[in-house]
Amino acid sequence: MTATYVILAPVMILAALGILVVRKPVHAALLLAIVMIGLAFLYASLDAPFLFAVQIVVYTGAILMLFLFVLMLVGVDVVDSLKETISGQRALALFFGAATLALLLALVGQLSLGTMKGLAHANARGNIQGIADLLFNRYVIAFEATSALLITAAIGAMVLAHRERLTPRLTQAELATRRVREFLENGRHLGPLPPPGTLARSNGVGTPALLPDGTPLDTDSLRSPESDGHALAGKVE
Amino acid sequence: MHTVTPYLALSTILFTIGAVGVLIRRNAIVVFMCVELMLNAANLALVSFSNLHGNLDGQVAAFFVMVVAAAEVVVGLAIIMTIFRSRRSASVDDASVLKW
Repeated sequence: MTATYVILAPVMILAALGILVVRKPVHAALLLAIVMIGLAFLYASLDAPFLFAVQIVVYTGAILMLFLFVLMLVGVDVVDSLKETISGQRALALFFGAATLALLLALVGQLSLGTMKGLAHANARGNIQGIADLLFNRYVIAFEATSALLITAAIGAMVLAHRERLTPRLTQAELATRRVREFLENGRHLGPLPPPGTLARSNGVGTPALLPDGTPLDTDSLRSPESDGHALAGKVE
Repeated sequence: MHTVTPYLALSTILFTIGAVGVLIRRNAIVVFMCVELMLNAANLALVSFSNLHGNLDGQVAAFFVMVVAAAEVVVGLAIIMTIFRSRRSASVDDASVLKW
Protein backbone atom coordinates (compact mmCIF):
# COMPACT_ATOMS: atom_id res chain seq x y z
CA MET A 1 0.00 0.00 0.00
CA THR A 2 1.36 3.34 -1.00
CA ALA A 3 0.76 6.61 0.82
CA THR A 4 -1.46 7.76 -2.06
CA TYR A 5 -3.69 4.77 -1.52
CA VAL A 6 -3.84 5.15 2.26
CA ILE A 7 -4.86 8.79 1.99
CA LEU A 8 -7.23 8.55 -0.97
CA ALA A 9 -9.06 5.27 -0.37
CA PRO A 10 -11.02 6.41 2.75
CA VAL A 11 -11.87 9.73 1.11
CA MET A 12 -13.13 7.99 -2.03
CA ILE A 13 -15.19 5.44 -0.11
CA LEU A 14 -16.77 8.16 2.03
CA ALA A 15 -17.56 10.26 -1.05
CA ALA A 16 -19.05 7.23 -2.81
CA LEU A 17 -21.20 6.43 0.23
CA GLY A 18 -22.29 10.06 0.21
CA ILE A 19 -23.76 9.57 -3.28
CA LEU A 20 -26.14 7.03 -1.77
CA VAL A 21 -27.50 9.38 0.89
CA VAL A 22 -27.41 12.99 -0.39
CA ARG A 23 -30.78 14.21 -1.57
CA LYS A 24 -29.76 16.83 -4.12
CA PRO A 25 -28.38 15.55 -7.46
CA VAL A 26 -25.83 18.42 -7.58
CA HIS A 27 -24.26 17.20 -4.35
CA ALA A 28 -24.09 13.69 -5.79
CA ALA A 29 -22.27 15.11 -8.84
CA LEU A 30 -19.73 16.89 -6.65
CA LEU A 31 -19.13 13.74 -4.58
CA LEU A 32 -18.66 11.79 -7.80
CA ALA A 33 -16.07 14.38 -8.84
CA ILE A 34 -14.14 13.65 -5.63
CA VAL A 35 -14.16 9.92 -6.39
CA MET A 36 -13.06 10.46 -9.99
CA ILE A 37 -10.20 12.81 -9.10
CA GLY A 38 -9.10 10.35 -6.41
CA LEU A 39 -9.07 7.61 -9.02
CA ALA A 40 -6.99 9.84 -11.29
CA PHE A 41 -4.34 10.17 -8.59
CA LEU A 42 -4.41 6.42 -7.99
CA TYR A 43 -3.79 5.91 -11.72
CA ALA A 44 -0.83 8.27 -11.46
CA SER A 45 0.57 6.24 -8.57
CA LEU A 46 0.03 3.04 -10.59
CA ASP A 47 2.36 4.20 -13.40
CA ALA A 48 -0.45 5.25 -15.71
CA PRO A 49 0.21 8.95 -16.43
CA PHE A 50 -1.77 8.85 -19.68
CA LEU A 51 -4.88 7.49 -17.97
CA PHE A 52 -4.37 10.05 -15.18
CA ALA A 53 -4.71 12.84 -17.73
CA VAL A 54 -7.57 11.13 -19.59
CA GLN A 55 -9.44 10.52 -16.34
CA ILE A 56 -9.26 14.22 -15.42
CA VAL A 57 -10.04 15.51 -18.91
CA VAL A 58 -12.71 13.02 -19.96
CA TYR A 59 -14.39 12.12 -16.68
CA THR A 60 -14.22 15.18 -14.46
CA GLY A 61 -13.93 17.54 -17.40
CA ALA A 62 -16.40 16.30 -19.98
CA ILE A 63 -18.69 13.66 -18.50
CA LEU A 64 -19.30 15.34 -15.16
CA MET A 65 -19.86 18.72 -16.81
CA LEU A 66 -22.39 17.03 -19.10
CA PHE A 67 -24.12 15.69 -16.00
CA LEU A 68 -24.23 19.17 -14.45
CA PHE A 69 -25.46 20.60 -17.75
CA VAL A 70 -28.40 18.20 -17.84
CA LEU A 71 -29.04 18.82 -14.14
CA MET A 72 -29.41 22.52 -14.89
CA LEU A 73 -31.89 21.73 -17.69
CA VAL A 74 -33.86 19.13 -15.78
CA GLY A 75 -34.08 21.16 -12.61
CA VAL A 76 -31.44 21.55 -9.95
CA ASP A 77 -33.89 21.91 -7.10
CA VAL A 78 -35.44 18.46 -7.48
CA VAL A 79 -34.90 16.44 -4.32
CA ASP A 80 -35.42 12.70 -4.14
CA SER A 81 -38.47 11.65 -2.19
CA LEU A 82 -37.67 9.28 0.63
CA LYS A 83 -40.89 7.33 0.17
CA GLU A 84 -40.38 3.81 -1.15
CA THR A 85 -42.53 2.86 -4.11
CA ILE A 86 -41.83 -0.85 -3.64
CA SER A 87 -41.96 -1.68 0.06
CA GLY A 88 -38.83 -3.29 1.42
CA GLN A 89 -36.88 -2.57 -1.75
CA ARG A 90 -34.27 -0.41 -0.05
CA ALA A 91 -33.58 -2.92 2.72
CA LEU A 92 -33.35 -5.76 0.21
CA ALA A 93 -31.02 -3.73 -2.02
CA LEU A 94 -28.76 -2.95 0.93
CA PHE A 95 -28.78 -6.58 2.05
CA PHE A 96 -27.87 -7.95 -1.36
CA GLY A 97 -25.32 -5.17 -1.79
CA ALA A 98 -23.63 -6.17 1.46
CA ALA A 99 -23.78 -9.84 0.41
CA THR A 100 -22.17 -9.03 -2.96
CA LEU A 101 -19.49 -6.97 -1.24
CA ALA A 102 -18.73 -9.78 1.22
CA LEU A 103 -18.55 -12.31 -1.60
CA LEU A 104 -16.28 -10.18 -3.78
CA LEU A 105 -14.01 -9.17 -0.89
CA ALA A 106 -13.68 -12.80 0.17
CA LEU A 107 -12.79 -13.68 -3.40
CA VAL A 108 -10.20 -10.91 -3.62
CA GLY A 109 -8.79 -11.97 -0.24
CA GLN A 110 -8.49 -15.59 -1.34
CA LEU A 111 -6.57 -14.80 -4.51
CA SER A 112 -2.82 -14.93 -4.22
CA LEU A 113 -1.78 -12.73 -7.10
CA GLY A 114 1.74 -12.00 -5.98
CA THR A 115 3.43 -8.64 -5.96
CA MET A 116 3.05 -6.03 -8.64
CA LYS A 117 5.70 -6.24 -11.30
CA GLY A 118 5.50 -2.53 -11.96
CA LEU A 119 5.54 -0.91 -15.35
CA ALA A 120 9.15 0.26 -15.39
CA HIS A 121 9.94 -2.13 -18.23
CA ALA A 122 6.73 -1.53 -20.22
CA ASN A 123 7.03 2.24 -19.75
CA ALA A 124 10.72 2.29 -20.68
CA ARG A 125 10.01 4.13 -23.93
CA GLY A 126 7.33 6.26 -22.30
CA ASN A 127 3.80 5.40 -21.22
CA ILE A 128 2.07 7.14 -24.10
CA GLN A 129 4.35 5.51 -26.68
CA GLY A 130 3.67 2.11 -25.12
CA ILE A 131 -0.09 2.61 -25.19
CA ALA A 132 0.09 3.91 -28.76
CA ASP A 133 2.04 0.79 -29.77
CA LEU A 134 -0.74 -1.44 -28.45
CA LEU A 135 -3.58 0.78 -29.64
CA PHE A 136 -2.40 1.00 -33.24
CA ASN A 137 -1.16 -2.58 -33.57
CA ARG A 138 -3.00 -5.20 -31.60
CA TYR A 139 -6.15 -3.20 -30.83
CA VAL A 140 -6.43 -1.20 -34.04
CA ILE A 141 -9.74 -2.85 -35.06
CA ALA A 142 -11.28 -2.03 -31.66
CA PHE A 143 -9.91 1.50 -31.94
CA GLU A 144 -11.56 1.97 -35.34
CA ALA A 145 -14.79 0.54 -33.96
CA THR A 146 -14.82 3.17 -31.18
CA SER A 147 -14.76 5.91 -33.82
CA ALA A 148 -17.94 4.46 -35.34
CA LEU A 149 -19.42 4.17 -31.83
CA LEU A 150 -18.65 7.80 -30.98
CA ILE A 151 -20.14 9.11 -34.22
CA THR A 152 -23.26 6.98 -33.74
CA ALA A 153 -23.61 8.21 -30.15
CA ALA A 154 -23.25 11.85 -31.19
CA ILE A 155 -25.85 11.52 -33.97
CA GLY A 156 -28.15 9.55 -31.68
CA ALA A 157 -27.98 12.22 -29.00
CA MET A 158 -28.70 14.93 -31.57
CA VAL A 159 -31.73 13.02 -32.89
CA LEU A 160 -33.02 12.41 -29.36
CA ALA A 161 -32.56 15.98 -28.19
CA HIS A 162 -33.81 17.60 -31.38
CA ARG A 163 -37.23 19.20 -31.32
CA GLU A 164 -39.00 20.34 -34.46
CA ARG A 165 -40.40 23.89 -34.33
CA LEU A 166 -44.18 23.69 -34.82
CA THR A 167 -45.01 27.36 -35.24
CA PRO A 168 -43.06 29.88 -37.34
CA ARG A 169 -40.78 32.17 -35.40
CA LEU A 170 -42.19 35.68 -34.92
CA THR A 171 -40.18 38.43 -36.55
CA GLN A 172 -39.17 41.58 -34.72
CA ALA A 173 -41.75 43.62 -36.65
CA GLU A 174 -44.54 41.21 -35.65
CA LEU A 175 -43.48 41.32 -32.01
CA ALA A 176 -43.50 45.14 -32.08
CA THR A 177 -46.95 45.18 -33.72
CA ARG A 178 -48.30 42.83 -31.09
CA ARG A 179 -46.88 44.91 -28.28
CA VAL A 180 -48.44 48.13 -29.60
CA ARG A 181 -51.77 46.33 -30.14
CA GLU A 182 -51.76 45.12 -26.54
CA PHE A 183 -51.00 48.68 -25.43
CA LEU A 184 -53.99 49.98 -27.40
CA GLU A 185 -56.39 47.25 -26.36
CA ASN A 186 -55.72 46.74 -22.66
CA GLY A 187 -53.14 49.38 -21.92
CA ARG A 188 -50.16 47.14 -21.20
CA HIS A 189 -46.94 49.01 -20.54
CA LEU A 190 -45.25 49.69 -23.89
CA GLY A 191 -41.63 49.73 -22.84
CA PRO A 192 -39.51 46.95 -21.43
CA LEU A 193 -40.01 45.82 -17.86
CA PRO A 194 -37.93 47.71 -15.32
CA PRO A 195 -34.69 45.82 -14.71
CA PRO A 196 -33.78 44.50 -11.28
CA GLY A 197 -32.44 47.73 -9.87
CA THR A 198 -29.68 48.50 -7.46
CA LEU A 199 -32.15 48.00 -4.64
CA ALA A 200 -32.94 44.39 -5.66
CA ARG A 201 -31.21 41.62 -3.73
CA SER A 202 -30.50 39.53 -6.86
CA ASN A 203 -29.73 40.44 -10.44
CA GLY A 204 -31.70 37.53 -11.88
CA VAL A 205 -34.18 38.37 -14.61
CA GLY A 206 -36.94 36.66 -12.65
CA THR A 207 -36.50 39.03 -9.74
CA PRO A 208 -38.78 42.06 -9.94
CA ALA A 209 -37.36 45.53 -9.49
CA LEU A 210 -37.74 46.98 -6.02
CA LEU A 211 -39.31 50.34 -5.39
CA PRO A 212 -37.40 52.85 -3.24
CA ASP A 213 -39.47 51.79 -0.22
CA GLY A 214 -38.38 48.18 -0.67
CA THR A 215 -41.63 46.67 -1.99
CA PRO A 216 -41.41 44.64 -5.22
CA LEU A 217 -42.71 46.45 -8.28
CA ASP A 218 -46.14 45.27 -9.38
CA THR A 219 -45.86 45.03 -13.18
CA ASP A 220 -49.66 45.25 -13.51
CA SER A 221 -49.46 48.82 -12.28
CA LEU A 222 -47.34 49.82 -15.28
CA ARG A 223 -50.46 50.59 -17.21
CA SER A 224 -51.96 53.01 -19.68
CA PRO A 225 -52.33 56.78 -19.31
CA GLU A 226 -55.66 56.56 -17.51
CA SER A 227 -54.20 54.68 -14.55
CA ASP A 228 -51.30 56.09 -12.59
CA GLY A 229 -48.89 53.80 -14.45
CA HIS A 230 -46.77 56.52 -15.95
CA ALA A 231 -46.11 58.25 -12.71
CA LEU A 232 -45.08 54.92 -11.22
CA ALA A 233 -42.82 54.05 -14.13
CA GLY A 234 -41.18 57.43 -13.81
CA LYS A 235 -40.50 56.80 -10.15
CA VAL A 236 -38.80 53.51 -10.91
CA GLU A 237 -36.41 55.11 -13.33
CA MET B 1 6.92 -4.61 -3.23
CA HIS B 2 3.24 -3.78 -3.20
CA THR B 3 0.44 -6.27 -3.56
CA VAL B 4 -2.53 -5.71 -5.79
CA THR B 5 -5.12 -6.77 -3.18
CA PRO B 6 -5.83 -3.32 -1.62
CA TYR B 7 -6.55 -1.85 -5.03
CA LEU B 8 -8.88 -4.71 -5.90
CA ALA B 9 -10.62 -4.31 -2.54
CA LEU B 10 -11.17 -0.59 -3.18
CA SER B 11 -12.42 -1.37 -6.67
CA THR B 12 -14.84 -3.96 -5.24
CA ILE B 13 -16.15 -1.55 -2.60
CA LEU B 14 -16.71 1.24 -5.13
CA PHE B 15 -18.40 -1.18 -7.52
CA THR B 16 -20.80 -2.42 -4.84
CA ILE B 17 -21.62 1.11 -3.71
CA GLY B 18 -22.43 1.96 -7.32
CA ALA B 19 -24.63 -1.11 -7.69
CA VAL B 20 -26.53 -0.34 -4.48
CA GLY B 21 -26.92 3.25 -5.66
CA VAL B 22 -28.49 2.07 -8.92
CA LEU B 23 -30.96 0.02 -6.90
CA ILE B 24 -31.99 2.54 -4.23
CA ARG B 25 -31.77 5.96 -5.87
CA ARG B 26 -34.85 7.30 -7.62
CA ASN B 27 -33.52 10.23 -9.65
CA ALA B 28 -32.51 8.99 -13.11
CA ILE B 29 -29.46 11.25 -13.23
CA VAL B 30 -28.14 9.99 -9.88
CA VAL B 31 -28.77 6.40 -11.03
CA PHE B 32 -26.67 7.22 -14.07
CA MET B 33 -23.89 8.64 -11.89
CA CYS B 34 -23.84 5.37 -9.98
CA VAL B 35 -23.41 3.47 -13.25
CA GLU B 36 -20.42 5.72 -13.95
CA LEU B 37 -19.07 4.87 -10.50
CA MET B 38 -19.27 1.17 -11.33
CA LEU B 39 -17.43 1.71 -14.62
CA ASN B 40 -14.74 3.67 -12.79
CA ALA B 41 -14.34 0.90 -10.24
CA ALA B 42 -13.82 -1.61 -13.05
CA ASN B 43 -11.23 0.75 -14.55
CA LEU B 44 -9.29 0.81 -11.29
CA ALA B 45 -9.15 -3.00 -11.32
CA LEU B 46 -7.93 -2.97 -14.94
CA VAL B 47 -5.19 -0.44 -14.24
CA SER B 48 -3.98 -2.29 -11.15
CA PHE B 49 -3.93 -5.60 -13.07
CA SER B 50 -1.89 -3.82 -15.74
CA ASN B 51 0.61 -2.92 -13.03
CA LEU B 52 0.50 -6.46 -11.61
CA HIS B 53 1.38 -8.12 -14.89
CA GLY B 54 3.82 -5.48 -16.02
CA ASN B 55 2.24 -4.83 -19.41
CA LEU B 56 0.02 -2.08 -20.76
CA ASP B 57 -2.93 -4.11 -22.04
CA GLY B 58 -4.97 -3.30 -18.93
CA GLN B 59 -4.46 0.42 -19.44
CA VAL B 60 -5.60 0.13 -23.06
CA ALA B 61 -8.71 -1.72 -21.86
CA ALA B 62 -9.40 1.03 -19.29
CA PHE B 63 -9.01 3.58 -22.07
CA PHE B 64 -11.63 1.76 -24.15
CA VAL B 65 -13.96 1.64 -21.15
CA MET B 66 -13.64 5.43 -20.87
CA VAL B 67 -14.47 5.89 -24.55
CA VAL B 68 -17.53 3.67 -24.29
CA ALA B 69 -18.57 5.43 -21.07
CA ALA B 70 -18.40 8.80 -22.82
CA ALA B 71 -20.63 7.54 -25.65
CA GLU B 72 -23.01 5.95 -23.17
CA VAL B 73 -23.33 9.13 -21.10
CA VAL B 74 -24.17 11.21 -24.16
CA VAL B 75 -26.98 8.91 -25.29
CA GLY B 76 -28.24 8.23 -21.76
CA LEU B 77 -28.50 11.89 -20.82
CA ALA B 78 -30.28 12.60 -24.11
CA ILE B 79 -32.82 9.89 -23.22
CA ILE B 80 -33.25 11.34 -19.72
CA MET B 81 -33.87 14.77 -21.25
CA THR B 82 -36.42 13.37 -23.70
CA ILE B 83 -38.28 11.62 -20.88
CA PHE B 84 -38.14 14.80 -18.81
CA ARG B 85 -39.70 16.76 -21.67
CA SER B 86 -42.70 14.47 -21.95
CA ARG B 87 -43.14 13.53 -18.26
CA ARG B 88 -41.80 16.67 -16.51
CA SER B 89 -39.91 14.41 -14.11
CA ALA B 90 -36.48 12.81 -13.85
CA SER B 91 -37.67 10.05 -11.54
CA VAL B 92 -37.20 6.48 -12.76
CA ASP B 93 -40.63 5.57 -11.36
CA ASP B 94 -42.54 7.86 -13.70
CA ALA B 95 -41.41 6.25 -16.96
CA SER B 96 -43.67 3.25 -16.51
CA VAL B 97 -45.87 3.25 -19.61
CA LEU B 98 -44.17 0.19 -21.07
CA LYS B 99 -44.65 -1.79 -17.84
CA TRP B 100 -46.99 -4.74 -18.23
